[in-house]
Amino acid sequence: MATKSAHHGDNYINFEKGLWSWLTTVDHKRIGLMYMISVMFFFFVGGVMALLLRLELFAPNATANVGQVLKNGDVYNQVLTYHGAIMVFMVIVPGIPAILGNFFLPLHLGAKDVAFPKINLASWYCFMAGAALAVLTFFFNKIDTGWTFYTPYSIRTGTATVMMVLGAFIMGMSSVLTGLNFIVTVHKLRAPGMTMHRMPLFVWALYSTAILQMLATPVLAITLLLLAAEKLFGVGIFDPALGGDPVLFQHFFWFYSHPAVYIMIIPAMGVVSELITTFSRKVIFGYTAIAYSSLGIAAVSFFVWGHHMFVSGQSETAGIIFSFLTMLVGVPTAIKMFNWVATLYKGSISFDSPMLFALGFLFLFAIGGVTGIMLATLPIDVHFHDTYFVVAHFHYVMVGGTLMALMGGFYYWFPKMFGKMFNENLARLSFVFIFIGFNVTFFPQFILGAMGMPRRYFDYIPAYETLNKVSTVGSWLILTGFLFGLYAIVQGIRKGPKASMNPWNSKTLEWQTSSPPPHDNFAVEPIVTAGPYEYR
Amino acid sequence: MMWFNIAKAQSFMPTQGTEIAKQVDNLYGFLLITSFIACVLVIGGMIYFVWKYRRKTPNDKTAYISHNTFLEFLWSFIPLVIFLAVFVWGWYIYHNMRAMPKNALEINVLGKQWAWEVEYKNGYKTVNEVVVPIGQDVKILLTSSDVIHSFFVPSFRIKQDAVPGRYTALWFRAEKLGDFHIFCTEYCGTSHSAMIGKLKVVSREDFDRYLEQGQEERNLPLAKKGEKLFAVKACASCHSVDSAAVKVGPSLFQKFGHEEEMDNGEKLKFDENYIRESILEPNKHIVKGFPKGVMPTFQGQLNENELSALVEYIKELK
Ligand code: HEM
Ligand SMILES: [Cu+2]
Repeated sequence: MATKSAHHGDNYINFEKGLWSWLTTVDHKRIGLMYMISVMFFFFVGGVMALLLRLELFAPNATANVGQVLKNGDVYNQVLTYHGAIMVFMVIVPGIPAILGNFFLPLHLGAKDVAFPKINLASWYCFMAGAALAVLTFFFNKIDTGWTFYTPYSIRTGTATVMMVLGAFIMGMSSVLTGLNFIVTVHKLRAPGMTMHRMPLFVWALYSTAILQMLATPVLAITLLLLAAEKLFGVGIFDPALGGDPVLFQHFFWFYSHPAVYIMIIPAMGVVSELITTFSRKVIFGYTAIAYSSLGIAAVSFFVWGHHMFVSGQSETAGIIFSFLTMLVGVPTAIKMFNWVATLYKGSISFDSPMLFALGFLFLFAIGGVTGIMLATLPIDVHFHDTYFVVAHFHYVMVGGTLMALMGGFYYWFPKMFGKMFNENLARLSFVFIFIGFNVTFFPQFILGAMGMPRRYFDYIPAYETLNKVSTVGSWLILTGFLFGLYAIVQGIRKGPKASMNPWNSKTLEWQTSSPPPHDNFAVEPIVTAGPYEYR
Repeated sequence: MMWFNIAKAQSFMPTQGTEIAKQVDNLYGFLLITSFIACVLVIGGMIYFVWKYRRKTPNDKTAYISHNTFLEFLWSFIPLVIFLAVFVWGWYIYHNMRAMPKNALEINVLGKQWAWEVEYKNGYKTVNEVVVPIGQDVKILLTSSDVIHSFFVPSFRIKQDAVPGRYTALWFRAEKLGDFHIFCTEYCGTSHSAMIGKLKVVSREDFDRYLEQGQEERNLPLAKKGEKLFAVKACASCHSVDSAAVKVGPSLFQKFGHEEEMDNGEKLKFDENYIRESILEPNKHIVKGFPKGVMPTFQGQLNENELSALVEYIKELK
């Protein structure tokens, strides 16, 4: 019988038993694991779709070969839409905050739980309900609008747009609830002595992200509701045939979705900050700069949405202003890069797999970053907009950046979460395949874009064939890497050797409790007397 | 400067068909080099440090360096200056790209699912082919009859969305003879990736002859006129006319006079009235095996004479 005190041998996993105890839990750690399982499932679905897309693009359809899996444009467009929507709304946006954030934010702060544990559980149910609604559309009335739902195409195409949009709306609510919870937790539940400036950088990143989630997501919600109203009742907001303005939708959409790309990347930056200090065993360089640049990026990100619309017919002046503001966001991002590299200087660097992912992040994010500046440059974006250059750029940022960080963070905290160690060699092997495969897949796409190949093409002219072949082969390497990784995780959970309290000799609070942590996180409430990275 | 040329040569950009393309490539070349240097600094620095400071013993002492105001100022300030320089340079080129020249030759282009309809000032219409004279300013006036499309000529480095319910425009002055691709870059459904046109740059004389020829076509025999319309209205993108092969819609080859089975099992005769009805009310009868709602109606887009021309043409597909 479970009592509410943490006695010997008790941890959050065996604290209560049975599926029901998980489905009704309000323990942030259990909720973090539930998110983990859901997100991994969606990642699998989105990933299979990505492989199919790449298979179709192996060769132009004029030549008969493997490049004819999705047979006609419609099927390709549907798979493309689900791949994009699943990866964005169900993997990358919730990924780090919902899995690692839920699990570690209270531990980082020395708190027992998040501020509103029941709301936390409710947000998982929102997420699952929204995701289910969205994914189910695939089984009766597939949507083919692309994850951006641009009008008037989304109004005209006779598919399940309304249901999909409703799903995204409900997932948005989950995102707002999580953001709210994190903000209050940061302000109210810090352990004695934990000032704002003694919080780990991961917490700062989650805090900045939470603000973005709270402010930006409602805009998406309203936009999607308007779209649904337009589609159901023909109110005439976006459809030119009814006197609406199709470009207005893009303004609304990007007013959310640009901040959303920072919702995707800022948490990743937080994770990377943790990894780099821990595995160089050195205090982070420029703590304040990193902390406040997250907030800075979050603030400016609201004013740059128009860089997605340089050729949409918006005015020349608007284009110039948006280009200028976008350049400004580049600066705090550059600052972070330099700070991380400077942290390595005179450190004691180990090459454990989480660190490999962090270094992989720096490598790929550098390329994602400089190509971002290219896209922010007006006349160059006119050429690159909606070509494969953009596809390459956002995969470098979202997959090379966010996903690398998510996996690095996952391996890093694995011992804490499960109390077991994984097989280090398998994890490294997985990294090597993913890293090489990633570059083989996406680097050629920069060149394809420069050559002019538009995105969302299910077929292409023969001039683009060779590079597309290379890219498809790369996707098989990535697959191999993920299979190794999955094996390492499953094997680690089932048979891994027992992990100590602090296997990496890290300084932050979550390592000052047993692995896995007890139900209440800490046997004794910790008292904080110094900053988070006092490696001396 | 040598570096610069190498970067440009390696930039994989398509042929430079216009002066603007050269300007864009110069800036892009500059960015490629700066980006390359930045990556070498960051990634190279990272690799150097992780190697030099790799863990040697389990209890290595590390330095305690929490910040360095001068360095931090420097690496915020230098990127800022570079970004602003790039922004101003970009602004200048963008302005050249957007400032519409006076006295340009104007050509109207209508994007529709899934073709580009082109109309010259003298009323001559073509589809998926824009012919322009070399060395002259050309202004393309864009719009769309259904969803958003985007008119992209990679070799000219120009792109502009075609938005239903409004006009947008772009201009260029072609400086190389030859054929260039026009792609649609705003996702527009089923055949988005087949919405490819050709931009032909020809000499002044050839251009004049081309337009004249267009004028003559107005006096063609009925079936020939129909053939032309069949292409211009992009019927050909969905219906095959020289084999029984099915595209998006049923083939029209050798159909006239035969019977056609509908999706409700009814059999209809493929005659003049059936063709007419299929053009004006395509969803009234759907041929077995095809989805409803794919073909748009051409009601209001064709006059009686044009309808007869189309009927005549389809009749002769034997
Ligand atoms: C194995 C890894 C992956 C491969 C091979 C892959 C491949 C592709 C391909 C071929 C496209 C179509 C591009 C186009 O035609 O525009 C695409 C689009 C996209 N992918 Fe991925 N992808 C991968 C992973 C991811 C991940 C992890 C994300 C998460 C952020 C992601 C997000 C997207 C998005 C947002 C789109 C745009 C969809 C659209 O244009 O509507 N991808 N991907
Ligand atoms: Cu189009």
